[in-house]
Amino acid sequence: MTQALATTEPQVSSARLSSWKLLFNNRLAAGGLVVLVAICLLAALAPLLPIPNPDATFPANRLQPILSEGHLLGTDHLGRDILSRLIWGTQVSIAVGLSATAIAALVGSLIGLVSGYARGVTDNVLMRGIDMLMAFPYILLALAIVAVLGPGLLNALYAIAIVNIPFFARNVRGITIGLANREFVDAARLSGKSHAAILFTEVLPNVLPVIVITMSTTVGWMILETAGLSFLGLGAQPPQSDLGSMLGEGRRLLFNAPHVSIIPGLMIFALVMSINLLGDGVRDVLDPRLRAGDLTRPLAVTRIRRKPVPAPTPAGDAAAILEVRDLETSFQRGRATVPAIRDISFSLDKGECLGLIGESGSGKSVTALSLLGLVASPPGIITGGTVKIEGEDVLALPEGRIRALRGAKVAYVFQDPLTTLHPLYRVGEQIAEAITTHQPVGKAEARRRALALMEQVGIRDAAARIDAYPHEMSGGQRQRIGIAMALANDPDIIIADEPTTALDVTVQARILDLLQDLRKERGLALLLITHDFGVVAQVCDRVAVMKDGEIVEAGATAEVLRHPRHDYTKKLIACVPELGQGAGFLDRVRPLFAGGRP
Amino acid sequence: MTGYILKRLVSAIPVIIGLSVIVFGIMALIPGDTATALLGSYATPDNVARINRELGLDRPVYEQYFVWVGNLLQGDFGRSYILNRPVLDEILERFGATLILAGTALVLCSILGILAGVVSAVRQFGWTDRIVTFFVLIGISTPAFWLGLLFILIFAVQWRVLPASGMYAVYGGGDLPDLLRHLILPATTLAIVATGVIARLTRAAMLEVLRQDYVRTARAKGLDERRVIYRHAFKSALVSIIPVIGIQAGFVMGGAVYIETVFQWPGIGQMLVSAISTRDLLLVQGGVLLVAVTYVLINLVADVAQAMLDPRLKT
Repeated sequence: MTQALATTEPQVSSARLSSWKLLFNNRLAAGGLVVLVAICLLAALAPLLPIPNPDATFPANRLQPILSEGHLLGTDHLGRDILSRLIWGTQVSIAVGLSATAIAALVGSLIGLVSGYARGVTDNVLMRGIDMLMAFPYILLALAIVAVLGPGLLNALYAIAIVNIPFFARNVRGITIGLANREFVDAARLSGKSHAAILFTEVLPNVLPVIVITMSTTVGWMILETAGLSFLGLGAQPPQSDLGSMLGEGRRLLFNAPHVSIIPGLMIFALVMSINLLGDGVRDVLDPRLRAGDLTRPLAVTRIRRKPVPAPTPAGDAAAILEVRDLETSFQRGRATVPAIRDISFSLDKGECLGLIGESGSGKSVTALSLLGLVASPPGIITGGTVKIEGEDVLALPEGRIRALRGAKVAYVFQDPLTTLHPLYRVGEQIAEAITTHQPVGKAEARRRALALMEQVGIRDAAARIDAYPHEMSGGQRQRIGIAMALANDPDIIIADEPTTALDVTVQARILDLLQDLRKERGLALLLITHDFGVVAQVCDRVAVMKDGEIVEAGATAEVLRHPRHDYTKKLIACVPELGQGAGFLDRVRPLFAGGRP
Repeated sequence: MTGYILKRLVSAIPVIIGLSVIVFGIMALIPGDTATALLGSYATPDNVARINRELGLDRPVYEQYFVWVGNLLQGDFGRSYILNRPVLDEILERFGATLILAGTALVLCSILGILAGVVSAVRQFGWTDRIVTFFVLIGISTPAFWLGLLFILIFAVQWRVLPASGMYAVYGGGDLPDLLRHLILPATTLAIVATGVIARLTRAAMLEVLRQDYVRTARAKGLDERRVIYRHAFKSALVSIIPVIGIQAGFVMGGAVYIETVFQWPGIGQMLVSAISTRDLLLVQGGVLLVAVTYVLINLVADVAQAMLDPRLKT
């Protein structure tokens, strides 16, 4: 434990790394930055470089190949030096791309700011206009604009800028709406600042990261598209030339002198690629959701890396269907591994109900999920202990065997069935799927059994509800579906993780009764996870109290309720309001929490 | 479902009206005398008088708009003086070619993009993921018009396996295999950027969905990983992928402008570019409007497909 804490320290400080450092830690982004700076330097220094005049023609010297004397990259159809034209053309392309970005950012952000701040009619009119612009295929609108203004580099620049305005307007508006109702904006308004002053001094600084992100993701496009218009002959007109028009002119010589068109294309590619790499890096740094880096795919089974692989001990309790010894599950935070639950030991007999109680964050759900390796991994790792089901260590089993246990011998009922049922499948299909996964039955038979299960868990008019989607049902009905799904394969153990928390009190009581009945009827063992001692008192034979990832007290429910030994248990028990005892409830409870957390 | 489709159809009407206003407005903003601008070098006094009468240019702007829309509804898109034929005939003739090219590219990029994205998400941080991510980056950074030239150099000039231009062979062509041979290079080129975008989004959508509680439920039921990924996660991811495919339809139809020029594909894009150069503005107007309306309709189809997949969207 101390070791784990020690390794956490550097992680904490690394979270405070400056944005620049983060950017450089991203190797691709750093590579993009280096290439981009090199290209920009080359373009900016064009007047100082010892290169020939890009427009000087030498017809006698035309179409020299690459690496010919005096012309590193050869010459084009008029004998002009390609290297020189490339550098000058790059300068034009970058300038045009940046100008278009600046215009689009300026106009688009302004629209977004005003729209998001003013709301109402202004917002509606502006946003419908933006929607109209977006209803055009991207390039097509630019073409229409160039068609009206006439071909030319400046007109192409305007066209591309206009086409990109919606991206800025939408992104900025989205953030502004959220900011416009915040306290600091209200405070500024009350202090008598004008709307314009509020927009530019209070809102704008907070919107800037979004503008920067949008710029970094669109500038590459804009360079690409202005080059495209020039390629079509609608942008830069001779003698002026950018990378696109070089490519367009060279295209006519594709068969005789491919290098004339391939080289400028390569430059566009290098430029846009470096910008995109850098842009991705900038976005990762500025967008906190992505910085968290939590979007890793969870594995089928939680990774198991038990440090001291436990020696096979003889089963202590022969009657126990589930026996957990010294279970430890940790989470990876950066390079450190921090335990979430430690030394968890308990056992569950056939037909018994064990309550696992504790406040949120005490590790009770992690405990429940660890039993069959369902903790999201990464970041979860099971780092120690054993989980024995009928004497066999589950954590030592191969993935396929663990999967065969899931839903068959051990079934889960989760909290909040709105998010735990699949929103796109009918409830009947979801129950039937649980059946066909473990039993060799046909579709029709699975459906028949699903219907029977739904009736058994007390869904009225089950035949009509079997084809409903989860969102078409009430919270209580959804929870019943979750229970029906858990019962599908006649399991020996049900692990119910806060099965009634999302429900109102009357429904809660009915669901608990249902679980009790099923337990008696089928003799199944129930591990009930809850934060409510009232629920425990009503259903459980024994109870284990969890706090900060450890079990602090365990015993028969009646015993623990009567003589709680741990302070924390006393607090939890005191927190159950009793009918008719409401008066002075807070006064009774408050002293127990003196000096501590709520 | 029929009710939903009808509702979406009705909601597309204001968008299409808006498009027509913008297309009309752009043309009305042309500096100088519109009739002269429209006619270009064909601006004889006779022609100017005729077009003023046809388009009602002597009347107020809003009346002009209604006259123009009324003509459109009767199939009168005006006349291209440069090609000396009705605009509608020309754009309809070329529209088929563009649909074949853009449609093929859209199918290609959807299939490849979704495949690459799913594989990339499933093998996150593995070498497949790295390779896909790398190619996606290259794909979205490559100028399509340049890539087209490279393809021509490699496949038509060096290896001589595929034709470099046109839709059919000049002699002895015209059948389906001939069309397909001509389609391979331009359609692939056109699909590459969109493939990158779709792959990127699919990967992100899959990773997002794989973390959802209901995927954990699927695992808790004992489903094998293949079913968890393809039956449970992929179906949800598809709900957010479909609108992106709709948006890519716009990029593909727009990108067709470059590709048709590079491969001399006789579609609307190629027509637009030459019409802009010759200032044949009525042709531009008609072409832009037709493609824009098609784009709106494609997005409508995407919306309906999305609602068919996700019952929560139907209401």
